[in-house]
Amino acid sequence: MSDIAIELKGIDKSFGPVHANRNINLAVRKGSIHGIIGENGAGKSTLMSILYGFYHADAGTILVDGEPVAIRDSNAAIAAGIGMVHQHFMLVENFTVLENIILGAEDSQILNAGIARARRTLKELEKEYALEVDPDAIIEELPVGLQQRVEILKALYRGADILILDEPTGVLTPSEADHLFRILDQLKRQGKTIIFITHKLREVMAITDMVSVMRRGEIVATRPTAQTSVEELAELMVGRRVLLRVEKGEGVPGEVKLSVRGLTVKDSRGVTMVDDVSFDVRAGEIVGIAGVAGNGQSELLETVSGIRRAIAGEVVLAGQPVAVTGDVDAGDLRRRGLAHVPEDRHHMGLILAFEENENTILGYQDDPRYLRGALLDIDSIRKDAEAKIAHYDIRPPDCRLKTANFSGGNQQKIVLAREFERDPDVLIIGQPTRGVDVGAIEFIHRRIIEMREAGKAVLLVSVELDEIRALSDRILVMFDGRIVGERGADASEGDLGLLMAGVAGAEQAA
Amino acid sequence: MSTPYGKLPPSAEYFLLPLVNVVVAFLISGLVVLIAGESPLRAFELLIKGSLGYGEGIGYTLYYATNFIFTGLAVAVAFHCGLFNIGGEGQAYLGGLGVALPCLWLDRFVPWYVTFPLAVAGSAAFGALWALIPGYLQARRGSHVVITTIMFNFIASSLMVYLLVHVLKPVGAMAPQTRSFEAGGQLPTLGFLLRLLGLDPGIAPFNVSFLVALVACFFVWLIVWRTKFGYELRTLGQSAKAARYAGIHEARIIILTMMISGALAGMMALNNVMGEQFSLQLDFVNGAGFVGIAVALMGRSHPVGIIPAAILFGILYQGGAEIAFDMPNISRDMIVVIQGLVILFAGALENMFRPALASAFASFGARASRRATAAGE
Repeated sequence: MSDIAIELKGIDKSFGPVHANRNINLAVRKGSIHGIIGENGAGKSTLMSILYGFYHADAGTILVDGEPVAIRDSNAAIAAGIGMVHQHFMLVENFTVLENIILGAEDSQILNAGIARARRTLKELEKEYALEVDPDAIIEELPVGLQQRVEILKALYRGADILILDEPTGVLTPSEADHLFRILDQLKRQGKTIIFITHKLREVMAITDMVSVMRRGEIVATRPTAQTSVEELAELMVGRRVLLRVEKGEGVPGEVKLSVRGLTVKDSRGVTMVDDVSFDVRAGEIVGIAGVAGNGQSELLETVSGIRRAIAGEVVLAGQPVAVTGDVDAGDLRRRGLAHVPEDRHHMGLILAFEENENTILGYQDDPRYLRGALLDIDSIRKDAEAKIAHYDIRPPDCRLKTANFSGGNQQKIVLAREFERDPDVLIIGQPTRGVDVGAIEFIHRRIIEMREAGKAVLLVSVELDEIRALSDRILVMFDGRIVGERGADASEGDLGLLMAGVAGAEQAA
Repeated sequence: MSTPYGKLPPSAEYFLLPLVNVVVAFLISGLVVLIAGESPLRAFELLIKGSLGYGEGIGYTLYYATNFIFTGLAVAVAFHCGLFNIGGEGQAYLGGLGVALPCLWLDRFVPWYVTFPLAVAGSAAFGALWALIPGYLQARRGSHVVITTIMFNFIASSLMVYLLVHVLKPVGAMAPQTRSFEAGGQLPTLGFLLRLLGLDPGIAPFNVSFLVALVACFFVWLIVWRTKFGYELRTLGQSAKAARYAGIHEARIIILTMMISGALAGMMALNNVMGEQFSLQLDFVNGAGFVGIAVALMGRSHPVGIIPAAILFGILYQGGAEIAFDMPNISRDMIVVIQGLVILFAGALENMFRPALASAFASFGARASRRATAAGE
């Protein structure tokens, strides 16, 4: 028995002209957590798809426990003891936890026996790894963190010794992520091998034993985590020095551009999501809204930008009242100088099936610049798209390419270019760097600061506390639909963390 | 992050995949013919000869294709907006009324080219009106168009029976249909086009509505891909959230799209009522509305794909009739089975061969690129 759990030798994979993986050599020690970092498009996911049998390598061998294995499909991967926790969960939403876990491993046509057996096995797994979850809960009723736990249990139930986690914290709140790290640590101590794919440097530093950096399809370095630093890893990832902190001068707030008073929003089930919220945003300042995901930030953004209806309250945009309780109209607000970078880039900010240039007019399709009579002025639209591609360094620079074929960072740049280049008075930005690589984060942050410098009023919502602290002039903390506190830019993480958890807020309200 | 299967190159997506689907459908149809005790090869020969082998056959093939272009476009336009309009049957039926009324009114006094624009407008208007109600119910009340449009097919059917039996039937006539139109209600054939190619069109009712169908193809392309309305329609079809974000008025787009879809289906009636029967008859639509679904699926909801797909179904209709005529064991119903198989493979199972084809292309592409690199180095 070797102490190497899995070894890749000379793995090579091309998609047409794109060389996604180039001569990859990687050895992962048994019972360790091995991080693989790299920007979006560096080839991490391709490599893992090869390991899990979704793709076939053009060249190279995979050794599990020192034995070469041929991984033709995911069944072969499971047989080799490899389990995968996907970035987007592969769960049947209206099934119970137990049903999801045995899905594909039912063992017989009659379910009852299998379910009973699975229940026993699940109990043991839970005890062994401290992975508690109610086996009879319906998946869609579970919070995201627990859904992910089900994914991990699914892999363990199939006897996985090597667990691959693809961007596992992308969907988690900070506390859920902490919990996940504790679970991974526990799994490691029980002898499981974990491959942890991420583009978040802090996570790599926090949890891994070894880390490999991928850039443009190659592994450019492998280091023991203890002997490297965030700065070194960032540089290896991007290939140049990266500024991790945003430089910004003292803000000069002007007049109030966006004023929100007593805004109350209920969702379709009648649950109050935004509860009597009031605040102002002035020209030349960034107001950040911190909070754990799901505390009403999304609903607040959508209401202020004219997508969702409020049940009470007032919004004043550049001195003019906005209809928030009646028929809302995002187009009207846009014409009045409000730009909105939505949280949900894939379903709201972009149409992934459209060509890039078609997305540069989303929301601005009424602009006479893009029209020639009743027809779209295709030449003008494409020329405009090309100018934005150049200005925002969007890659690949091809405005006829389907938007789905751009990386997350470049997709976000498409949205930013569309909204920022309009020279709006008020900017509403949700999760500007979610699913975006390090190089692009720096770029996006600089652009947001530039907008403030140009005298725009910026309302920023992010679940990344670091981001809020780095960019904001004032920080509002939302908890359970209410603003529970306001802090300056110099607020400590601990202070904000308490507010976000609703602890200090409860005292204040009392 | 990435999908497990590679994407197909456009040439395979739009030509090879539909071709594979049709070939498989034909192979299985061959088995059906074999089981029925006839030779599949001879049946295939009859199918092709009957539909493409002589002038009159070609004329009939194109006549049927005209129907399917209209209904195929109708389904395609709604598809792009995320709506599944399966009410083409009823909308076309009502469209017939829009054709018949101007013909009955004017056919004795004016030449066909005066009646025709009114008939085009009438068929489109009646079809649109019949789709407006489901569209409105979807937009304002959230009643699913799949349910309402299919219900409206039945309502259309009953309504037309009532009108034909009690209102439109000439006094003393036995058949539930209108009187025959005079010259002013009869469209000229396009037989001369076939004669130019040295073919004899015989009595094939291939008529000027075919040209209207081609013009409609152009306008559908223009509306869907080149107008602001089309942009909003496609945006809504892709994501309701994005449409709301972009300030698009959802209800308005849904209603307008359904009306355009209904108008296209309604115009199908021109071909039959004014181009072949010269009267409005019971059940003249005869399934063309449903065939439109398969045509749209097979044609990838694009006019350029819909035309060949419509011609293929024209071949099946015309050639199938010839098979039924020549082969005693193959009845008209058996032809419907074969058409059903084509619909099954081209429509419902259209993705069955996609993974195999995609991986074939992926490995081929990888080999080609390796060769290129090897040559380059």
